[in-house]
Amino acid sequence: MMKAKVYVTLKPGVLDPQGKAIQHSVDLLGFNRIVDVRQGKYFEITLDDSLVESEANETASRMAREVLSNPVIEDYRVEIEA
Amino acid sequence: MKFGVIVFPGSNCDHDAYHVISKHVGQPVDFIWHRETDLNAFDALIIPGGFSYGDYLRAGALARFSPVMNSVKSFAAKGGLLLGICNGFQILCEANLLPGALIRNRDLHFICDHVRVRVESSNTPFTSELQKGEARRLPIAHADGNYVCDDATLDELHREERIIFRYCNEFGEVTAAANPNGSRDNIAGICNRERNVLGLMPHPERACEDLLGSSDGRDIFSSLAATLAGMA
Repeated sequence: MMKAKVYVTLKPGVLDPQGKAIQHSVDLLGFNRIVDVRQGKYFEITLDDSLVESEANETASRMAREVLSNPVIEDYRVEIEA
Repeated sequence: MKFGVIVFPGSNCDHDAYHVISKHVGQPVDFIWHRETDLNAFDALIIPGGFSYGDYLRAGALARFSPVMNSVKSFAAKGGLLLGICNGFQILCEANLLPGALIRNRDLHFICDHVRVRVESSNTPFTSELQKGEARRLPIAHADGNYVCDDATLDELHREERIIFRYCNEFGEVTAAANPNGSRDNIAGICNRERNVLGLMPHPERACEDLLGSSDGRDIFSSLAATLAGMA
């Protein structure tokens, strides 16, 4: 099975209140060398075996661009695992 | 004149909007299920608040793929009046009918409160009966109401007088302390360039009866009705 992994992350400069809250909590737990935490989303997409890697990459990238991320606030990265 | 209230799976302010139009505006109104595509019967549309598709992925992100949304886009492109409230505002941003995005509130809490918003422009079909500069008391109820946009968009919104509501204090002053959710420039509502599409986070439909704590939202709906009456 061919798998696409899509990582959606907030653009640099977009405030991430959830990341900040996590950073604060781990700091309380004693992880005191943490400089910053940014929260993102991770998607695993299983694709039809008939697709070649470039087609899988194109399909997943279009999904990432049009659905999985909001280009106003987020960036995405796609990895294909054959 | 006929109003339509669009209902997605998870909409929960649809009945409030319907009630206001039928009872206070006194005009015919119908619910429109999100699978419908024929909007020819309608003169104004309301996308109500709620949690369409459970806010999965991002608030408003999945609603924009509902069948009705293509028709909503053509409706707006033809100059039809379109009002998005709370989740409706989020959907309009996700559908690119309004610029920017709404992200998690600055302090992470779901905020359910009455706030004041200053009317920044009466030059829209939705605010023609409101006074520029006045502070209105409206309820908010959201977790993702933090408006963000890039510098170029913000400049454009200011230049074109498209910021319609901003969070303010009881004296009508727009201050950092009066910003409940971290929205850029205290933005609570904006319109598109053609001024026929408005999105706002506060709930004017929940503020139409003194019994419910405020009737400050009613004039938004009567402005809409007056505009439509003028167009007829």
